[in-house]
Amino acid sequence: MTAAAAIDFASHGLSREEYERLKATLGREPTLVEIGVIGALWSEHCSYKSSKKWLRRLPSQAPWVICGPGENAGVVDIGDGQAAVFKMESHNHPSFIEPYQGAATGVGGILRDVFTMGARPIANMNALRFGDPAHPRTRHLVAGVVAGIGGYGNCVGVPTVGGECGFDPGYNENILVNAMTVGLADAARIFYSAAAGIGNAVVYVGSKTGRDGIHGATMASAEFDEATEEKRPTVQVGDPFTEKLLIEACLELMASDAIVAIQDMGAAGLTSSVFEMAAKGEVGIDLDLDRVPTREPGMSAYEIMLSESQERMLMVLRPERADAAAAIFAKWDLDFAVIGEVTGSGHLVLRHKGETVADLPVAALSAETPEYDRPIRATPPQAPLDAASLAGGEPLDKSLLRLISAPELASKRWIWEQYDHMVMADTIQRPGGDAAVVRVHGSGKALAISVDCTPRYCAADPEMGGAQALAEVWRNLTATGAKPLAFTDCLNFGNPERPEIMGAFAAAIEGLRRAALALDFPVVSGNVSLYNETQGRGIPPTPEIGGIGLIADWRRMAIIAPELGHILVVVGETRGHLGQSLYLAKCLGRAEGPPPPVDLAAERRHGDFVRAEIAAGRLRSCHDLSDGGILVGVAEMCLAGRTGAKVRLPATEIPAMAAFGEDQGRYLAALDRAEVTGFLARAKAAEVPAAEIGKFDGSDLTLEGFFSISLDAIRTAHEGWFPGYMAAP
Amino acid sequence: MKAAVIVFPGSNCDRDVKVALDAATGRPTSMIWHKETELPALDLIVLPGGFSYGDYLRAGAIAARSPVMRAVVAKAQSGTAVLAICNGFQVATEAGLLPGTLMRNRNQKFVCKDVHLKVETSQTAFTARYAAGQVIRLPIAHADGNYFADPETLAEIEAEGRVAFRYVTPDGAPDDDANPNGSAANIAGVFNREKTVLGLMPHPERLTEPALGGIDGRAMFDSLVAALS
Repeated sequence: MTAAAAIDFASHGLSREEYERLKATLGREPTLVEIGVIGALWSEHCSYKSSKKWLRRLPSQAPWVICGPGENAGVVDIGDGQAAVFKMESHNHPSFIEPYQGAATGVGGILRDVFTMGARPIANMNALRFGDPAHPRTRHLVAGVVAGIGGYGNCVGVPTVGGECGFDPGYNENILVNAMTVGLADAARIFYSAAAGIGNAVVYVGSKTGRDGIHGATMASAEFDEATEEKRPTVQVGDPFTEKLLIEACLELMASDAIVAIQDMGAAGLTSSVFEMAAKGEVGIDLDLDRVPTREPGMSAYEIMLSESQERMLMVLRPERADAAAAIFAKWDLDFAVIGEVTGSGHLVLRHKGETVADLPVAALSAETPEYDRPIRATPPQAPLDAASLAGGEPLDKSLLRLISAPELASKRWIWEQYDHMVMADTIQRPGGDAAVVRVHGSGKALAISVDCTPRYCAADPEMGGAQALAEVWRNLTATGAKPLAFTDCLNFGNPERPEIMGAFAAAIEGLRRAALALDFPVVSGNVSLYNETQGRGIPPTPEIGGIGLIADWRRMAIIAPELGHILVVVGETRGHLGQSLYLAKCLGRAEGPPPPVDLAAERRHGDFVRAEIAAGRLRSCHDLSDGGILVGVAEMCLAGRTGAKVRLPATEIPAMAAFGEDQGRYLAALDRAEVTGFLARAKAAEVPAAEIGKFDGSDLTLEGFFSISLDAIRTAHEGWFPGYMAAP
Repeated sequence: MKAAVIVFPGSNCDRDVKVALDAATGRPTSMIWHKETELPALDLIVLPGGFSYGDYLRAGAIAARSPVMRAVVAKAQSGTAVLAICNGFQVATEAGLLPGTLMRNRNQKFVCKDVHLKVETSQTAFTARYAAGQVIRLPIAHADGNYFADPETLAEIEAEGRVAFRYVTPDGAPDDDANPNGSAANIAGVFNREKTVLGLMPHPERLTEPALGGIDGRAMFDSLVAALS
């Protein structure tokens, strides 16, 4: 082997200390290929070296969890021998540099994580965070990201059923694109990545390897600077058509007993997949890189190992099944190549053009993976809002129209109409509700899916913000009648080497931990995206949460649309918390105060009550309360149900507090008149505050004593902002 | 009715239309791989939605030249009914089974939403269970649904009553606001001269159950079962 001549370890993402650690483990100078391989494996993106210490604190156990964090995706039992497989992942850095391909390949990557486990993908979701709408680059990024997500998901034929999209100047130079996939598998046939069986064939399938995406993982582990534009070649190019074929071919092969282990090639490509398979299986693997299908001649071993070309998988097959497997891939016109074998050496040995270019002791290097306990500094608490300073705002109807047409709350129809949200013909709640709902094909069950985070809460108080994000996802799922099962997360933060960032990260984890325990809602998969930072300015802390819940009988689910004549009941306590509220930000131009406190015991009690009412068939229209509070929630229900409403609000010090306060743990329920008395009595018995506050009626939204606005005016405001913004020159 | 769905690489509504057909016929629908060169005796062939061959080159262009399409065209010419939905419509125009072509939507974007359609005729095997002039609601999901044909062809289609569906407002007006993609004369679906081949951009298979938001697609499958059984 030839040691690397001039050692420029920094350009491979290694610090001097990490380089010395590698050298000591090997007992010699590493080769260029070895530096490249370890530089990628020890990158923040692949190794979680700054976050691992904290991630361990999150609860990941429950009787229904089949596979928690650590595999390609999480797996939960949904009964009848079936399992839901899901994960969310970030593709932030590439999407900022090249929005269409960055977002598209983000979808491709998360789909592969899910079908690698043996699941057929049945739904995609996404969470998007863009900069200030007025920032010159924002419109271009929105257009490109949305087209990229649609371009990939639509072609693959997996419905994109919902998500969220927010805007904040804090994302001007670092947008967030988090994509989530949910799949359906046979609970007894989940596929894992641990290689096994000395002598078994290591097989490469899918697209050929090209020179795209080299250094993608190390790019995603560094801040942006003036030279970011030059990183365009590190963004991969997606081919959703090949992905569709790969899904079908893999699922066809998975129906046999040919596969021992399987791993997709994601960040750091072949490097990461082969190393992970060997490490998990505690075996060695020999690879002959000359046998890797390449797109162009003359690729070096370094390039082959670090390429992030898309739509590729690595498998360990039973040798006697290799021919049958090859025939399946030939049927789907995909490359299939035996490129190596499982060995008992415990080493990853790479050969290229007759030379050994790497010989890495797998277990020793895994054990040496850096783990940092970075210094943390707590986010200072916010002073409480002075209620007196809130008096004398504009009329409430003006504020309602302002909020419902604000970028945060305006209809996202412009986005989701570009996503095929109906393919597979099982989408029974389309985008725009509290959670998307897709049926478990051919059964009476359905899965509810929701993604959420409120970054302005997290910035003010990361611990409360983390708890709130989880509680809101749980509440969204509950509002459809689903029993929340588990969540996945994308923890998007700035540079972890800065103590205030690491402090916010640790606090957010603590909030998530408390909420997950209280709500019996474990984490089963996720991803950490750090260094979302440009020239020393980080994004607001954004622990994006994706949750799934099970609806046992989809004929008994709740939707947000009420019926004419329904009585409106608010569940939960309205105190009128306006700190860090959207009202404060949009109508008073202030970002102040602590975020609304989350009383997790109350959250659980209220949610369990609402879910039981839905399951009993007594409640068919329900909406969770969050951004914008009661008036915005009622307006959204009116729009969905095409009916007006007459509402009276509980008395608070200042009317805006009741109208727009963002107190947690609340739902709006729309009930048949005959159900109201029983509902309120059962709520009381369950120690759940509930009060009748109005009726759905007519074609205006009327707030008694304040205003009456036509539903048309509300709809125009709500639907108008996004298309108007995107059409502006 | 014996029905089969042709499966191209990249088809992705093949299962959805099979589910709708199975429900309508009460028997399993066969799935036929694009590499087949011969077809069994059939009453109905479905070219499903999706992205055959990734829409590379032009939507439908490569699929139209795949081995199975020679057999499909031969069957169609001998009178077997063909239902071509979305990408299937694009394939059918590329294969010469239907006039015109589907261009990129005029706003250049993929669009997925429910649209209203006017049923232009009930005198066909595909539409007998609808009333002529009825306004129905079906979803569309496409980037290339902008129907185009030269003026002579359009005049001929209109004269021969071969427009199957037109994009309309909920009140039935075929105006520009109701046109989701720029299609000529708001055309959403057309027949061949014999009215044995129907191509349409909307997806009838996606609205065949109340749980999915409507059942306006079901009548098309029921029409076919009644006519072809």
